This record gives sequence, C-alpha cells and structure tokens, in this order.
Amino acid sequence: MPSKVKGKLINFDWRQYIVYIAFVLVLIYFSITLAEQGFMTTHNLLNIARQTAMISIMGVAMTFVISSKEIDLSVGSVAALSAITTALTMQAGLGMISGVLVGLGTGLAIGFVNGYLVTRVAIPSFLVTLAMMMIARGLAMWVSGTAPIPILSDSYIFLFGSGSVLGVPILLIWTLIIAAIGHIILRKFTFGRETLATGGNEMAATYSGIKTNRIKMTVFMASGMMAGLAGMLYAGRLQAGRFTFGEGDELSVIAAVILGGTSLFGGVGTVIGTVIGSIMIGTINNALILQGLDVSQQMVVQGIIIILAVAFGRKKKKA
Amino acid sequence: MGNTILRMKEIEKGFNGNTVLDKVNFNVKAGEVHALMGGNGAGKSTLMKILTGVYQLDNGTIEIEDSKVNLENTRDAQQAGVSMIFQEFSLIPKLTVAQNIFLHREPRTSLGMIDDKKMVKDSQRIIDDMGLSISPKDLVENLSVGYWQMTEIAKALSINTKILIMDEPTSTLTKTETEVLFSLIHQLKQSGITIIYISHRMDEIFQVCDRITVLRNGTNVITTPCSEITMEELIDHIIGGNMVKSFEWVERPKKEDRKPLLEVKNLQSGSRVKNVSFSLHGGEILGLAGLMGSGRSETVRAIFGVDPVSGGEVNVRGERDSFSSPKEAIQKGVGLVPEDRRSQGLVLGHSVRENMILSSLDKLSKNKVLQNQQANKKVEELVKKLNVKTDSTQKTVSLLSGGNQQKVVLAKWLLNETEILLLDEPTSGVDIGAKIEIIEIIRELADAGKAVLVVSSEMTELLAMSDRVLIMKDGEVTSSIERKDIKGEEDVERAIQGEG
Ligand SMILES: Nc1ncnc2c1ncn2[C@@H]1O[C@H](COP(=O)(O)OP(=O)(O)OP(=O)(O)O)[C@@H](O)[C@H]1O
Ligand SMILES: [Mg+2]
Repeated sequence: MPSKVKGKLINFDWRQYIVYIAFVLVLIYFSITLAEQGFMTTHNLLNIARQTAMISIMGVAMTFVISSKEIDLSVGSVAALSAITTALTMQAGLGMISGVLVGLGTGLAIGFVNGYLVTRVAIPSFLVTLAMMMIARGLAMWVSGTAPIPILSDSYIFLFGSGSVLGVPILLIWTLIIAAIGHIILRKFTFGRETLATGGNEMAATYSGIKTNRIKMTVFMASGMMAGLAGMLYAGRLQAGRFTFGEGDELSVIAAVILGGTSLFGGVGTVIGTVIGSIMIGTINNALILQGLDVSQQMVVQGIIIILAVAFGRKKKKA
Repeated sequence: MGNTILRMKEIEKGFNGNTVLDKVNFNVKAGEVHALMGGNGAGKSTLMKILTGVYQLDNGTIEIEDSKVNLENTRDAQQAGVSMIFQEFSLIPKLTVAQNIFLHREPRTSLGMIDDKKMVKDSQRIIDDMGLSISPKDLVENLSVGYWQMTEIAKALSINTKILIMDEPTSTLTKTETEVLFSLIHQLKQSGITIIYISHRMDEIFQVCDRITVLRNGTNVITTPCSEITMEELIDHIIGGNMVKSFEWVERPKKEDRKPLLEVKNLQSGSRVKNVSFSLHGGEILGLAGLMGSGRSETVRAIFGVDPVSGGEVNVRGERDSFSSPKEAIQKGVGLVPEDRRSQGLVLGHSVRENMILSSLDKLSKNKVLQNQQANKKVEELVKKLNVKTDSTQKTVSLLSGGNQQKVVLAKWLLNETEILLLDEPTSGVDIGAKIEIIEIIRELADAGKAVLVVSSEMTELLAMSDRVLIMKDGEVTSSIERKDIKGEEDVERAIQGEG
C-alpha cells in the first residue's frame, strides 16, 4: 500500500499545475516583502489587471496557434497597426463603430494573409509572421507618419480604455470575456479538439477527417483579430493610436502561453493557464517597479522567466 | 546450444503503482533462438526494455554470462553485448547506410575527422557477411522497409552483439523479405549469436525458434523447447484458457441482389496505382492480396481521399464521387484504418479517449459542442468490446502496448459506425486472441450490412475472413477469386507471384 501512494505522488504531474503554484507563491512573496509599498492594495492589483489585459487577450488566441504547432510573431505589430487604423478611421469622422470594425478587420486581414501563406504557400509560420511583424510595424509607421493620432471619442475611451463597471476596470472585463470564450472553445467545442489534434499529429488528424489547413487558417485569423483588439485597447487606454504600441509583445505573449502550460511542441494547450501566466509576468513586472527597478532589469527578469518556463514545461522524460 | 547466457531473475516492474512484470524468471541459452510470446500488454516489450537499459527494474537481478550486470542505460546494455531492433525503427532516413551503422561511433582519422573510407569499408564487410545486396552509400530513405531492418541488424552486429532482440520484426515485411530475414537469423545463429524473438505470428515461431517462453499478465507461464509443444497448447498458454473460435473460414450467406456500396473503376493514383477496378457490396468482406509494393495501401489511400486520384472513378452508393479529402470520404461513410498506426492513426500524446473520438467529433457533437457523456459512454463500450488493456480511458495512448494501440485505431471507426470500411493491416501487432476477436468483429460488421475491404499480408487471416479475394499486382487488380474456390494459401501465393 505505501508503495502505491508513493507511486501516485510521483506520478502527480505537477508540471501541469506549476503556473498556478508559482503564481500563488509569487503573490505570497510580494505581499509580504512589498507590503509597505502597497503591493496588495486593490488599487495596485487592478492596475496589474489593466496592464496585462492586452497580453492576456493576445495570449488566448496564441494558445490556439501554439497548440496547433504554429507560431505568430506578428501580434505586437498588428496591435500597433490596428490602433492606427482605428484612430485614423475615427479621426476621419466615420464614427466609433466603423473605427472598431476597421481595427478588427485589419487584424483579421493580416491573420488571413499569415494563414494563407502558411497553409497554401507552405512557408513555415516562423518566417511568415517574422516578415509580417516587420511589414505591419512598417505600415503602422507609414500610415501614421510616425505621429500619434489622437482619439477624442469619450465612449470609445470608456469602452476600450479607462472605463469601469461597478468598480471593475473595463480592461479586466475584456480579459475575462475573451478568456471565457477561448476556454470554452478549446475545451467544449469540436474546434478545440481539432486544433489540439492538428498540433499533436497533423497526419493522423487528416486521416481522421480534420481539415488541418482550415484549422490553421482559423487560428491565424483569430490571432490577428485578437491582436487587433489588443491594439484598440492600447489606443483606448492612451487615447491615441501610436505605431510604437505592442513592441516586444510577441515575446511576452509567447512567454505567457508557454508558462501557462501550453506545449511549444503542439497538441497541448490551456487558456486559463495562459491568462495566469500573463498575469504572473505582469505581477512580477509590477513588483520590480515597486521595488524601484527599471525597464532594463525587468527585461532581464522576463528573459529568465521565459527560460525557466520552457525548462519546466519541457516534455516529461520517459519513465 | 550451450550454457545459459542470460538469466533474468525475479524481475519486477510497475508503472504508477500498476504491476507490469511480477517476478518474471527468464533464461536464455547461448546460441539459441528464443521466442518470447504473450498477449498484448503481457509485458514482453517492457522486459526487453529492461534488458536493454531503456527502463530500470524495480526488483530482481540480471546475469549475463554468469556475472551480474547493472543496466542503467542503453550504453551499459551494449557494452554487455545486448542490442535490440525496436518495434519502431531508430534509423535516420537522410543518412546513408554506413552513416547509420556507425552513428555516434564514427571511426576517426588521425586528425580527428570522420574516416568515411573506413566507415564504408567496415559497413561493406558487415553487409557482405550478412549476404545482402545493398551499398553502404545508399541513403536509408531510398531503401524498402525490409532493408531498413537489415540496416538495423547490421548496426547491432557492428557493436559486437552477443544477444540480439527482435521485437515483432516481421510485422512490416513481405513474405520474401521475411524469408530473407529468417535465413539471416539462421546464419547469425551459426555464428554464435543468441536471439530473442518477439512475434504474434504463430507459424513463424515454429519456423525459426528453438525454445519458447510465454508471458501472461506479467509472469512467466511456461518455458519449453518448441518441439515439445503444439500450436494449440501454445495458444492456450498465451490466452490462458481454451479457445473456442479459430482461424477457420466460415461461409457467410451472400446477398447478391443489392447494388454495390463502393465501386471503383480504372482507378489511377501516383505511380503505384495504375488500373484498379472492383466493386464491394454491403455485407461483403473483400480481401486484397498482393506483394508489398503492389499498390494496395496506395489504392485504399486514394479511395479515402488522402492521395490525389489521377484517373478513373470512385462510386459510392451508385453516385459518382471522388474524395479530395478524408473529411469528404468520412461524411459519405467511408473509413480507413491506416497502415502505420503511429504516424497516421494516432495522436500519440493524447489519451485513449481523445483518439477514439477523433474521427467522430461531428457525430458526437450538437451545434459543434462536444457531448462528453455520450462520448465517454461510447469509448467505455469500445474499450470493453475490444478488450483494450489500459488503466483508464484517460491514459496517454503512447503508453499502451503496441497491440492495444492498434485496437484504439480500430475503435475509432467502430465508434463512427462507418458503413464502408477500408482496413489496411488491421491486426498488425495484435495478439492471437485479439486477432480472432477482431476477425469475429469484422464478420459481425459485415453481417450487419457493412462493406469491408481488408488488406493483409497475413494470408491465414485474410483467408479466414474474406468472402472474395482480389489479387493485386504491380498497380492493377489482376483477378478476383471467390473464397470457396480457394483450397489453401498456396493458391493465393501462386496467384500473387504468378506470371498470369
Ligand atoms: N512507460 C509506461 N508507462 C505506463 N505504462 C506502461 C509504460 N510502458 C508500458 N506500460 C504498460 O505496461 C503493460 C505492458 O506493456 P508492454 O509494451 O510490455 O506489452 P507487450 O507484451 O510488449 O504487448 P504487445 O504485444 O501489444 O506489444 C501495458 O499495459 C502498458 O500499457
Ligand atoms: Mg510490445
């Protein structure tokens, strides 16, 4: 009997839950060490939620991309481009609705091009989206003439930036809505299974009647659209569209996804894990700032987190 | 046959608290060919993985040539003279035969660079000793599967192997390739190498082996010379009870009047399928026989919409249809159990359950939402029906034994209740008991009106279930023979090889 219990304990796949355990430890640690700096105040915690919303939202879609064994490096640049196109549309006096549609449409269109090049022209997604990262950023600079484009619509700023409902910041509400949708699609809908199967073994998925190219097309489009949404949130928060939005976000997003327990090798994915991963990275950044460290040190820490995440998230070795 | 070269004593091994090997004793004499047999999941591969240092034993001792050995990894095992040809190959396709043979042990020149000349020369010597006609400079990817295996064996021989383990070596070989392998085994035996041979094919065992050990539920139930046991006794030991059903063919009532469910006319696809025509009726089991490379697998792949069709017609239920993807085929009620379960049949990292429902997601969902309860129920039913040995339906499928993985692939299509079933080597790696069960299930499916096309290189099995056998040669169906006109396996062999 004792040997059985021991077997069960060893077998407990703690890697799967490591992000939750780590998150709790991080919270406890900072709430003690940074008590005086006000880490555990509602104000600060909501601030973290606001700051991480964009990474979380892009992370939800990226979870699908990585689960299908692809990658999307263009998300940060797409966010910037969408912020610009939204701001320009509204500046032209076409109204908020058009602005929103144009912003989402921009992301969707770029996602479509990414997906098309990956599935039809058969270029690896790493290359396609690396190039798209440059193209989208370049376009954002070009059409904006590198100048910020102000957004004056109050309702836009409320809905996509600084608003709050019953004390809950709108950005947190966006995060929760997108995370819930992503989680349900991945876990309850056939599309989720099909995505995981495509990433787990594309050939077997095809033989099982899954149109793997269509799955990939869809996940790239979703990723583009969520990047577009994230860009619009950046714009709402800062009340302007700027080409610099989302610089380096692709790495934070991928880090959040991998940290959350989604496998870089495809076939395994978790949306909740991604959101926790994203919030945890945000929490650590926030704590570093409270401790008086600056951006350069944040970058070092973030790099270390990525390495740790991948090291711990590696496939389990054979028994 | 000499002294005992290998003693495995009281070997115990468990995974996650489930005992797989329970005090197994296993002794092998120097220079013999020793068959290791047993049902799917009996622990054969596990025992051999312990012997090759892939897994570590929980308890027990191993002695090789009377000295106790501690095998922590494959290198230790190689040093002790043990090599294994795995169920899955471990060659690198883009490298040459010689490069594969000397992988990680490349001979060096005095400057420390790889000595290609010596490598090729040494490989040539081994290949010559084995009596093969391949060149050390051939790329492995250009060789047929049979030669992959020969290359694996050459690799084992190049490291001074005393005990060579073969895990189901013939499951991917043609008859001629199998014969080449057997003569090689004979030759290896002459030169003093001891061989442990795992297979589910009864006829082979009696052809090549000196002694037999049978494992059942992780214990050794018998070790005996081959000459002192009959096939029936052996089967009884493996399945642990008296077998009622057998490999006998039973004539099934024929329902001629109906229109064919599947009709293939002058099908062409790739370079292997040149002109294939046949029709398949509901309630019929049609066998497809031919040599490896005759285009059988390619034919079923083309029908199923995996490979592009370049000419001819596929008619399903009288309607002209050419599937451009498996999805379309499945929607029209056509299913394929593919040849290679690991690459085509399974998502190895996913659970038994996920794999079983994968081709039926549409059927198991309402408005694209998966109905979990319904899915779980079906999965449980099939695990029971096919006797899949697994601790739970959530177990990762790659941790199942080979034969049980095959059952999961079959289950995918049973769950789908597909009307037209294309089965490419459906019992590959499946144990004798399960084979009989699967044949019985295929008969039941046909009795229920489904149409079944079976490709199998195991003639006994093909003849046990087929109502009619198609002979395929060089990309064409050359003849169709009613089962009742076939006297024995020789008839079919002759037709396959024959000039006509
Ligand atoms: N790494 C592992 N983790 C958990 N269970 C395992 C692992 N390896 C093997 N098993 C289990 O051990 C049992 C024995 O497996 P093994 O592969 O030795 O069977 P086998 O006799 O070779 O069967 P087959 O004839 O089907 O190849 C199976 O039930 C299998 O699921
Ligand atoms: Mg095995």
